[in-house]
Amino acid sequence: MSRLTLLALQVLVAVVCIVLWQVLSTVPVFGKILLPPFFFSNPVDVFSQIVKWFASGVIWKHLAITLWESILAFVIGSLGGVLVGFWFARQPTVAAVFDPYVKMANALPRVVLAPIFALWLGLGIWSKVALGVTLVFFIVFFNVYQGVKEVSRTVLDNGRMLGMSERQLMQHVYWPSALSWMFSSLHTSVGFAVVGAVVGEYLGSAAGLGYLIQQAEGVFDVAGVFAGMFVLSAFVILIDTGVTLVERRLLVWRPTAADGRG
Amino acid sequence: MTTPTAVALEDAKVAFRLADERIYTAVEKAHLTVAQGEFVAIVGPTGCGKSTLLNVAAGLLKPAAGSVKIFDRPLAGLNRDAGYLFQADALFPWKTALDNVAIGLEIKGTPRTEALPRAQKWLTSVGLGAFAGRYPHMLSGGQRKRVALAQVLIRDPKILLMDEPFGPLDAQTRQVMGNLLLDLWSADRKAVLFVTHDLEEAIALADRVVIMSAGPSSRIIGDWRVTLPRPRDIFEVRLDREFHALHREIWSVLKDEVMKGYAQSTQAAEAV
Repeated sequence: MSRLTLLALQVLVAVVCIVLWQVLSTVPVFGKILLPPFFFSNPVDVFSQIVKWFASGVIWKHLAITLWESILAFVIGSLGGVLVGFWFARQPTVAAVFDPYVKMANALPRVVLAPIFALWLGLGIWSKVALGVTLVFFIVFFNVYQGVKEVSRTVLDNGRMLGMSERQLMQHVYWPSALSWMFSSLHTSVGFAVVGAVVGEYLGSAAGLGYLIQQAEGVFDVAGVFAGMFVLSAFVILIDTGVTLVERRLLVWRPTAADGRG
Repeated sequence: MTTPTAVALEDAKVAFRLADERIYTAVEKAHLTVAQGEFVAIVGPTGCGKSTLLNVAAGLLKPAAGSVKIFDRPLAGLNRDAGYLFQADALFPWKTALDNVAIGLEIKGTPRTEALPRAQKWLTSVGLGAFAGRYPHMLSGGQRKRVALAQVLIRDPKILLMDEPFGPLDAQTRQVMGNLLLDLWSADRKAVLFVTHDLEEAIALADRVVIMSAGPSSRIIGDWRVTLPRPRDIFEVRLDREFHALHREIWSVLKDEVMKGYAQSTQAAEAV
């Protein structure tokens, strides 16, 4: 299938869905509207809501807040994950001691932490960042840990025979290997940074996309909820495209993984 | 009086502790020397511990008994005089061919601006001058071996240890690589310890062929001098009358060990 046909078919799916939604929510079928506007709104209202947000400029503030929270959560969570992942992989005793606690913490649904973070860090951005960090940290941590532990024995021996010191092994062997594992989970960790931010906002905040959706829900403004969801989806797709570009640049040396996990 | 011996294993014994606490003796009382400028090939049936012996010479493994001397000095830790060519892919997958070769120098503290042109020169001499920017996964198996060879040789090690380096390659590529190796080797005649399971390859390349018995507790059971004239061409030398005579002679000894080794491996499989 050529790229053009594929794109045409992809657009077709969206068009069919939107047209069905518009028709079923406005035109009665056998004297009955199948999608009552109160519960389902309709595409025209949703679209005009989005336009209104962008035209008045209110949306920019919320987008910026969510973006900022996501970035902070991603950076802090990744840094922590890399450091602890390296530490555990190089110190098996430490890893063994903390193993049950790491598993316990990872098994905990992070949403239940949101109220505690709000309590500790207030309703500003930091409680959302903290929630995102708890999500990102574990993904990066597990990948880096795996990456350091699964360095090929032969490559390691080769480094040693070439005369690498422990520090040079770190720089030329462990670090690139760990990094490649981390990058292969980049989509997931960036996604979770956004999830952390939005869920945090939804549960209690004064700004952000999550707040916008929550506000609309509070007044049964279904069009607003859908509009918020669409903006959020577009936002995530944009970020994901950015990640793909970064990934392609950084993982040129890898055979297929760059497009394998996409 | 004499020049020091490059590698000398004296009564080296290598043993491993198995998972069930039994001791598995891989190699027993191995006595092996490689003189400076000498190309020695070790041949033996699968699982006879020839790679183990090589790892002992490299310092990657410590012998349970006996001694290892490199240039007449006891070996402690890794063998810093040796370059090691591995059987499996050992290139750094995240470095380009050029960087993979240059790293050998950079580790020693050579500035990058100086290391890169020299790496490029080495890539050219293994026939990959045009592939400097490729990553290992973009190269064929034979090309990766060439990069690995350049990576080892750029450090100019006094001893070259090779663990079935051409094992994973197809027959033709192996011969081409053998000739390349001989070409590069004849330039400065390093001491070479070359492990292979291919007797023909061993005779074609080496000055001496050492045969090991089937494991466990395998021992060195034969040592032949190869007097075929150099420079040799791997394709040509196989047609030589002397080559055939030597091959027949060594094979008569090696064959029994190969059968023994095969019988043991099938028995072991049945026991499981």
